[in-house]
Amino acid sequence: MVTVHTLTLYGLIILFLPLVSFVYQIFFGRVLGPRGAWLSVGALAVTLVLSLTMLVSLFMGHEIAFTPEVLWFTVGDFSLTLGFQFDNISVVMLVVVAIISSLAHLYSIEYMRGDVRYTRYFGYLGLFTFSMNGIVLAHSLIMMYVFWELVGLSSYLLIGHWFEKDSAADAGKKAFLTNRVGDIGMFIGIMLLWTVTGSFTFQGLYELIDVESGNMFAGQMGLLTIAGVLVFLGAIGKSAQFPLHIWLPDAMEGPTPVSALIHAATMVAAGVYLTVRMFPILTPDALLVVGTIGAITAVLGALIAITQNDIKRVLAYSTVSQLGYMIMAVGMGAQQAAFFHLSTHAMFKGLLFLCSGSVIHALHHALVHEGDHSTDHQDMRNMGGLRSKMPITYITMLIGALTISGVPLFSGFLSKDAILAGTLAFAHEHHVWWANLFPIAGFGAAAITAFYMFRLIFMTFHGKPANAKVNAHVHESPAVMTIPLMTLAVLSFALFFTLPGLNPMSAEGWFAHLIHQMENLTGYAALSWEHLEHGFHEAHHLTVQLSFAVAGTGIMLAIVFYLLGWLSPAAWAERLKKAGLYQASFHKFYFDEIYDKVLYQPFLWLTDKIAWLDWDWWDQRFIDSWGRNTVKAGNASGWVDYFWLDQIVIDGIGRIIRWMGAVGRKMQTGRIQNYLMWALAGGLIILVLANSF
Amino acid sequence: MGDITFSVLAVLVIVTAFWVVTSRNLVHAAVALMGTLFGVAGLYVFLYADFMAAVQIIIYVGGITVLIIFGVMLTQRIGDKMLVQTTMPNRAFAAIVVAALFVALASLIFKTPWHRGDLPEMDGTVSIIGNALLTRYLLHFEVAGVLLLLALLGAAYLARRAHG
Amino acid sequence: MASLESYLFISLILFCLGLYAVMTRRNGVAVLMGIELILNAANLNLVAFNRFGGLAEHLPGQVFALFVIVMAASEAAVALAIIINLYKTFATVNVDEAHEMKW
Repeated sequence: MVTVHTLTLYGLIILFLPLVSFVYQIFFGRVLGPRGAWLSVGALAVTLVLSLTMLVSLFMGHEIAFTPEVLWFTVGDFSLTLGFQFDNISVVMLVVVAIISSLAHLYSIEYMRGDVRYTRYFGYLGLFTFSMNGIVLAHSLIMMYVFWELVGLSSYLLIGHWFEKDSAADAGKKAFLTNRVGDIGMFIGIMLLWTVTGSFTFQGLYELIDVESGNMFAGQMGLLTIAGVLVFLGAIGKSAQFPLHIWLPDAMEGPTPVSALIHAATMVAAGVYLTVRMFPILTPDALLVVGTIGAITAVLGALIAITQNDIKRVLAYSTVSQLGYMIMAVGMGAQQAAFFHLSTHAMFKGLLFLCSGSVIHALHHALVHEGDHSTDHQDMRNMGGLRSKMPITYITMLIGALTISGVPLFSGFLSKDAILAGTLAFAHEHHVWWANLFPIAGFGAAAITAFYMFRLIFMTFHGKPANAKVNAHVHESPAVMTIPLMTLAVLSFALFFTLPGLNPMSAEGWFAHLIHQMENLTGYAALSWEHLEHGFHEAHHLTVQLSFAVAGTGIMLAIVFYLLGWLSPAAWAERLKKAGLYQASFHKFYFDEIYDKVLYQPFLWLTDKIAWLDWDWWDQRFIDSWGRNTVKAGNASGWVDYFWLDQIVIDGIGRIIRWMGAVGRKMQTGRIQNYLMWALAGGLIILVLANSF
Repeated sequence: MGDITFSVLAVLVIVTAFWVVTSRNLVHAAVALMGTLFGVAGLYVFLYADFMAAVQIIIYVGGITVLIIFGVMLTQRIGDKMLVQTTMPNRAFAAIVVAALFVALASLIFKTPWHRGDLPEMDGTVSIIGNALLTRYLLHFEVAGVLLLLALLGAAYLARRAHG
Repeated sequence: MASLESYLFISLILFCLGLYAVMTRRNGVAVLMGIELILNAANLNLVAFNRFGGLAEHLPGQVFALFVIVMAASEAAVALAIIINLYKTFATVNVDEAHEMKW
């Protein structure tokens, strides 16, 4: 039985236990050394148990929808509260975070073994989990913003974990700074909403911004659109959406469990989570912006992923693409589908990253065993033929690939289908030509996803080994690493999201039941949802057929190219190069180069000029001239002080006094009668004066 | 009769006092001082201070003057030219100061409106002074006795021979 | 009958002459004589004030003068002792020659 109080207590424990882990690892990590990592794992296990308890109580029919809050501070009329937002979404999200985070902790015990900053790494993981739980539980935008920045910080710290490498340090900075761009927009958006409504809390905003009762923002729809888009800017940064997606692939410089936890499953999903939370107050115009950004990102990420050779970068662009899917779904009004995909994606993308980590780990050790330190252990061209050496990793990764490709029986099929159905419904409802671009983008990206995922599988596990000697030393990772793989692989089956429903084609089940509560969120969503509901039913069968087709096409193409070798990838690459397409994809559509030319270089030029102005002109000429003039004035003043004031005036006074003393001491004759005479003369003067007045 | 006597006494006092101040011979000066003190004793009689007049003659004329002459004798040899008293070089300035003081105080004396009451007749002050000293002024009397004792001791100590 | 002023005037002359002697005489004994003159001037004043102030009951002026005489006697004794000491130390009784007390 879960009461309101125990629920709040659970929330506090879930939130702060990882922080305790962080404090322990950072300040007392030496006490137990590497063994202390198990404490962090234990802490995360506790949060997992508590999260699952809350989830179970949801199954048992308890309504969990309330927001305990406490006053943080009051300034004048303004007061700020801290509080938890307990509802079905946050509970499900907590479970997702707890599962992935605890598995990543467990996995890291082996993966990070021997690392110089082992305890610090676990400390940062704890800090991240704390911050992420904070985002999930936050009841207000401002509180979410605080934790938003904290996840940014912990992401920065973890990406730069191996900061001895310049690329890792640069990637950390890039991630942090790129996120700042979005966060500034988010902050302005929050302030804009607050200025109009005076509320930070989600509940408050839902109540104060309502299209039907026309309150607060009535007549200012343009302003509300801008506010919504500005807040969404934070999601663009955090969820690596076009045009701020550039940091996520570079973030792969961090340790692989970090990539799995932060840059695949949880933190990047925070943007989607925010957008889902904001959904009820986003105007149709703002939603269109959201959907467009998502669609562009989905296609862009998928296209770039085709040509990448670094196994983690393929997965990184895949993540960008999948996040684009979710954002697009929110834009289409299918926020339930977006949240569904968020949850399933967390499982299978976490799985894929951990699998790639297992491969990298194994290959790295084999290469080191052979004395080879120069070969890139993340490059898929240096892999191949690992299937028999690492059977568990192979099978689990295959499951992950099947899931992401949208093959039935796996969870990805259901969630992706829901999103695609949403796009079809949107196109169905909006009778304009560009509305059809959304489903095209969705299905296109789905096909490409299937292709590049199986390209990855075939290049890594099939074919001939790139280096037979190294291959001989590759062996399966230990149980600490394979258990998380197997756990996540199991959770990638559709079954776990549809219980008690067993129909692999239907998403009906506990999950859909839980997130159905989101319909209660009124506002603009209510308008579009009714239309979408209709569209879903219309589009369902079409979606299933189409997604079968695209997934099959993608997988088939991958088999033809990479497994059977009927078509040569190199030859096709040459052909595409002529059209410039291959190059464009390989160079990630030149985003970094364009930013470099358009933003960084002019900025550096400007900085250079301003630095010149500041240093050469202002500092050297102006400020230093103060110094030089002060020295001159000081010299002059010193001359006056010494030769004139000191030597003449001050010493003059001394000389005068000495002269007066020389004169005056002559009165001290030592003859007592003289003294008497002077005393009498003085007395006389007093007498005369006293008489005359 | 009384006024004539008073005038004679006044002239005696002033003249002998001048002699004391101006005499170049110390012995002469001491003798002149004796005359002055006698004159003052006479003036006391005019002031109905018979006991004071007697004390003046006994102590001053009989005691202090003799003591002074002893001092002259002990420190100078009679007939030595050192006996001739010289004066300070800046006596002119001293004279100016003293003269100015004299003028100032004289003007003070004659300008002040003194209380003028009836002068009581008195016959003999000895018993009054005796009573007063042993009753009203007993403490002062005792202190004066201690002072005299100390002066006696101090003078004896100072005057004794250094090697004694 | 002589007035108060006449006594005070005689006293003033005595005082001024004594003062002059103290200031100009070199010989210590002569200085002492000047001091005796000053003291007599003061005594004369005290007795005169007693008389003309009508204080017949306890004669405070005369008693005061009496104590002054006592003091004068002891002062004369101590002063002569000092002069004798001075003579022994400096072989002179001229006060202006004993000017060790200056700068």
